Amino acid sequence: MHGNWRWPASLPCRTVATVPPSIITARDLRKQFGDFVAVDGIDFEVEPGESFGFLGPNGAGKTSTMRMVGCVSPITSGQLRIFDLDAASDGAAIRARMGVVPQADQLDAELTVVENLVIYGRYFDIPRAECRRRAAELLEFVQLTERADERVDPLSGGMKRRLTIARSLMSEPDLLLLDEPTTGLDPQARHILWDRLYRLKQRGVTLVLTTHYMDEAEQLCDRLVVMDQGCIVAEGSPRGLIDQYATREVLELRFVTGDVGDHDAAPAVDIAGIGDRSETLPDRTLIYAHDGEAALAEVHRRGLDPVGSLVRRSSLEDVFLRLTGRTLVD
Amino acid sequence: MTSDVATTPDGRGVPRRSSALRILPIELFAARRPHRLVERSVMFYRRAWMLLVSGFFEPLLYLLLVQVGFATLVGDIEVGGVSYDYALFVAPALLASSAMNGAIFDATGNVFEKLRHTKLYDTVLATPMTAADVALGEILGAVLRGTLYSIAFVFTMWVMGLVGSPLIVLAVPVCMLIAFAFAAAGMAAATFMRAWSDLEYVNAVTLPLLLFSATFYPVSSYGQWSWLVQLSPLYHGVVVVRGLNLGRLEWSMLGNLAVLVALALVGLAVTARRIERLLLR
Ligand SMILES: Nc1ncnc2c1ncn2[C@@H]1O[C@H](COP(=O)(O)OP(=O)(O)O)[C@@H](O)[C@H]1O
Ligand SMILES: [Mg+2]
Repeated sequence: MHGNWRWPASLPCRTVATVPPSIITARDLRKQFGDFVAVDGIDFEVEPGESFGFLGPNGAGKTSTMRMVGCVSPITSGQLRIFDLDAASDGAAIRARMGVVPQADQLDAELTVVENLVIYGRYFDIPRAECRRRAAELLEFVQLTERADERVDPLSGGMKRRLTIARSLMSEPDLLLLDEPTTGLDPQARHILWDRLYRLKQRGVTLVLTTHYMDEAEQLCDRLVVMDQGCIVAEGSPRGLIDQYATREVLELRFVTGDVGDHDAAPAVDIAGIGDRSETLPDRTLIYAHDGEAALAEVHRRGLDPVGSLVRRSSLEDVFLRLTGRTLVD
Repeated sequence: MTSDVATTPDGRGVPRRSSALRILPIELFAARRPHRLVERSVMFYRRAWMLLVSGFFEPLLYLLLVQVGFATLVGDIEVGGVSYDYALFVAPALLASSAMNGAIFDATGNVFEKLRHTKLYDTVLATPMTAADVALGEILGAVLRGTLYSIAFVFTMWVMGLVGSPLIVLAVPVCMLIAFAFAAAGMAAATFMRAWSDLEYVNAVTLPLLLFSATFYPVSSYGQWSWLVQLSPLYHGVVVVRGLNLGRLEWSMLGNLAVLVALALVGLAVTARRIERLLLR
């Protein structure tokens, strides 16, 4: 579909020669709104060229963290350095080198698609002709060239998101912050976006993103932290986290609630000892086992008769469940 | 002068001064690229030029009203011992009022919309732009638009024979100052608005200002209430613009201009601070 698309000269493409300092360093970073603690003393580092994620449910503090990194929200305490500059005192200089895709697109509804890009470049003092050149390239990159002269409002959710990503790239940023880049989009729109982000990542743009979709984290992140209630509860690569906190496979069982009465008590007793451990959710029971099929065979051998069963590879969702006792998206 | 280092936690780098100087135009120094927002407005109006044109008509109607209405009924009016045609007296006051009105309406409704609904300023603040850039940029945009109207107004006065002195060309820069002062005050007010209905408060202020600024009568006709008129910033604009049209310049007009400058600076400072507080939390 986009086979002969050429990488625009204006998009970042660099080779890292020496060991550079971290792009972001956060130490004991806190954010409070009044008495409410939204981010509760987190530590993390992001290296150049890596793709780093915050995975967590709504209210975990992801946006609060991103806004502090974006230098649009003062930190309450701790230390935050970006590009080896202090977020507290060098905000404008940091913002000049960063692209931001906020959780809500916030496109300029009074302007056209291409004007949205051009004026955004102007906010960075980029010469007008250069803005127009980059805007044309980026519209190509996000497949919106045909809509260039239209107003923003009639665009679909996925198109708006792509335009917001194009906008964030106008300044050729070294670092791209994406707050829930695909939330609310349909599967096809998500895949187009993932593809674009993957291309950016391959070109060495440092991506920092938040998500509450585990498949998104698995797709896009080299490394991620799991956030819950303002704290980081785990850190690692998607595969590493799964290996550490989950088994290779998961057996999902559904029982007819009426059969077993109280949905958790009855099966919990009967499945004891099958697999490494189990987790009982309102609508299903999960058995963590290296070999899911063997576990299922054991369930049947014990005479249990689930109305549905499914063996799948374990995912970050299971990691989150293990760490917090709750599901990511409810 | 005490002046500690720029340590605002969000890095907007507004130096803190001692409290006596706090209201000074610190924001002016923190602003680097306010013209980018002006550029954005120009980009918008280039396509929506009809919106611009419509703004010319209201003051035009006022002038016609003066010409065919009041002027014939009222006859001459005495200012400082000299008798003037009433139309020459009131037209410049309407010029000053329309500079105020245009600026205030530009800076309240439009700004409220961008601040609370379209979130334009959130977007802008994610770039190297600062809260001071937003405040100054939007105010300058309103001034620019108001300047077009003022020029058209003066031109229309001239066509209708309402110009009393060539000094009236200086009324354009004075109207820019009036527009700046009221745009700054209006934008500051807009940051406190919570709903569209709050716009009513703006009307509740501008109408009395229009009536109590010696717009239609000389300040002496307010009798013992004339001190009240002094409190209206619009009055100070009216005095200068009227003086220019009647060809009567006085040193005290520097004081009138100073009042407008003060309102402009306070409005600007309050606006920048409020935007910072609202959006950079
Ligand atoms: N400006 C604010 N004032 C008060 N509370 C806030 C503000 N912004 C966020 N919060 C609260 O902080 C918590 C974390 O929010 P947020 O960072 O948006 O989480 P996430 O992006 O992970 O969903 C939430 O409980 C939210 O209600
Ligand atoms: Mg969020």
